[in-house]
Amino acid sequence: MAELAFGNNGLGGFFKSDGKISKFLRRLVVEKPLGAFGAAIFILFLFTGIFANLIAPYGYNEMNPIDRLQAPSLEYLLGTDQIGRDVFSRIVHGARTSLIIGLSAAFISILISTFIGVTSGFFRGMFDMIVQRMVDAWMSFPDLVVIIVAVSVFGPGMWQVILVLSLLYGIAGSRIVRSAVLTVKENDYVHAAESIGVSVPRILLRHILPNIMAPLIVLFTTRLAAVILVEAALSFLGLGVPPPSPSWGGMLSFEGRSYMFQAPWLAIMPGLAITIVVYNINMFGDALRDLLDPRMRGSGGKNI
Amino acid sequence: MKRYLLRRLLAVIPTLFFASVIVFLVIRLLPGDAVDLIIKSSPFIENTEQMRAQIEADLGLDKPIHLQYVYWITNIIVRGDLGKSLIRETPVREEIAERIPITITMGLLAVFFALLIAIPVGVYSAVRQDTLGDYVGRSVAILGLAIPSFWLGTMVVILPAIWWGWSPPTRLAPFMDAPLQYLSVFLTPAVILGASLAAVTMRMTRTMMLEVLRQDYIRTARAKGLREWLVVTRHAMRNALIPVITLVGLFVPIVIGGTVILERIFDIPGIGQLLLLGVQDRDYPVITGIFLVVGVFVIFVNLLVDLSYGFLDPKVRGEG
Repeated sequence: MAELAFGNNGLGGFFKSDGKISKFLRRLVVEKPLGAFGAAIFILFLFTGIFANLIAPYGYNEMNPIDRLQAPSLEYLLGTDQIGRDVFSRIVHGARTSLIIGLSAAFISILISTFIGVTSGFFRGMFDMIVQRMVDAWMSFPDLVVIIVAVSVFGPGMWQVILVLSLLYGIAGSRIVRSAVLTVKENDYVHAAESIGVSVPRILLRHILPNIMAPLIVLFTTRLAAVILVEAALSFLGLGVPPPSPSWGGMLSFEGRSYMFQAPWLAIMPGLAITIVVYNINMFGDALRDLLDPRMRGSGGKNI
Repeated sequence: MKRYLLRRLLAVIPTLFFASVIVFLVIRLLPGDAVDLIIKSSPFIENTEQMRAQIEADLGLDKPIHLQYVYWITNIIVRGDLGKSLIRETPVREEIAERIPITITMGLLAVFFALLIAIPVGVYSAVRQDTLGDYVGRSVAILGLAIPSFWLGTMVVILPAIWWGWSPPTRLAPFMDAPLQYLSVFLTPAVILGASLAAVTMRMTRTMMLEVLRQDYIRTARAKGLREWLVVTRHAMRNALIPVITLVGLFVPIVIGGTVILERIFDIPGIGQLLLLGVQDRDYPVITGIFLVVGVFVIFVNLLVDLSYGFLDPKVRGEG
């Protein structure tokens, strides 16, 4: 278990030298082959989302009414839907929707978590007490219920969904950041910096922040997977990105339900896409956690 | 123990307060204010400045916002008044009370299935750490976290219908008339919901068992020649399963989120359906009523979990 000590040294130096990155990648492949595979699928997902126009043989809303409800074939790799749209092209474009919402919401939520977690964990006292009770209150509302209520207030749309998911996971994730800060704060180098009169913002930026990078990166990957799942659930309920924009959850929604009995690929393919992407991001996240941050091991994930 | 109880009970007050503030603020954020809604819903009220001012005064909307909150919350606490549905004009409290048993039945069944699958698999995985069985168990658990319940539900409705012409029962007769038929409706959705909970529980059980199996008292039990079966069940499991209880608290929000989706797929008239109906109709009293009830419910379940945790594990009482 000697190699696990790496995580506690912090990532401050990790980003500065290229040697460490290649060494880290080698460790990922050798020690966590499943995690490395997950990373590969994640990169594939990234490229699919970015180059959706080039990969998809048809437009996401291009209808060929003559070819409706076609089974998978060479012409239509994953078949067509009830108005003759190519399912493969819609899944490829749906990857872009998932990617945009996933990355932005995961990133903004990390910023929110860091801000709340660091201030609450570092300053403690009454401030921490009040903030933590607010976080408790916020977290007592189930994810999906909060989002449904929020959509009913702000209306459906991509930016609304991103905003709400960021806030939702940002506040919930502040717990993990806070507990990381509490541990880092007790280190000698923080006490030393305090005793020689280093200013608080400088301690936060130079000593606390670099040393909680590991949990933050892990949190980002788990959030990414969670956001993709919840966004899909929301679109499934017809409350996500409005049609005809392609989204994986939307493809499974009730509009197409009656056609799924004749054309099961309509139900199978989008769900498979969600499962493969989320599974592999989780595997990659698990591997990152084991390699970077052994303390977080075994903390359960949340799911809908 | 008394101090622990007291401290935990007191901590719930600010949480409840902030939760109610969140719901209150949501009401303020709603598009189109309450006055508009009332004027639109009644043909007898004219849309004049004077009328608007009078309605505002009736509702207390002309008062400062903190007073509005006080009126709103006392109305709820003292009279249990959550308002009336804008569409059906029935009290929201009655609509929720009617549907809550359905959602709770489904949630309890789901938790039951989750524990039934997860604990034996988790214990087995830990006892046989790094064997093939352990790998299979863990991989399936991670897969269970990745499969969206709405997809699993859709597949269960569609594939058996195509293959065998079978579809899950959906007719909800009163429980007293036909208890088995009543429960059979919940069976499929509860298993699906339980599957995603089982994944989390299995991972937690495994981690806790591994932790406990390393302890000295386990080595002692083995050293004195106790059979492995007894070491695992009597000594290890008893200690490992205490933290798993806290998961039940974590389950509640997941279960409620999951029931929204599964009630939709399997057409079960629970709280989730009511919420979606409210969103569809823009029936705000229904939406905010459910929002508040669900939040308070989760807070109280978590309180119960914490208290039972303190009761079961003496170590917790001191620290909190």
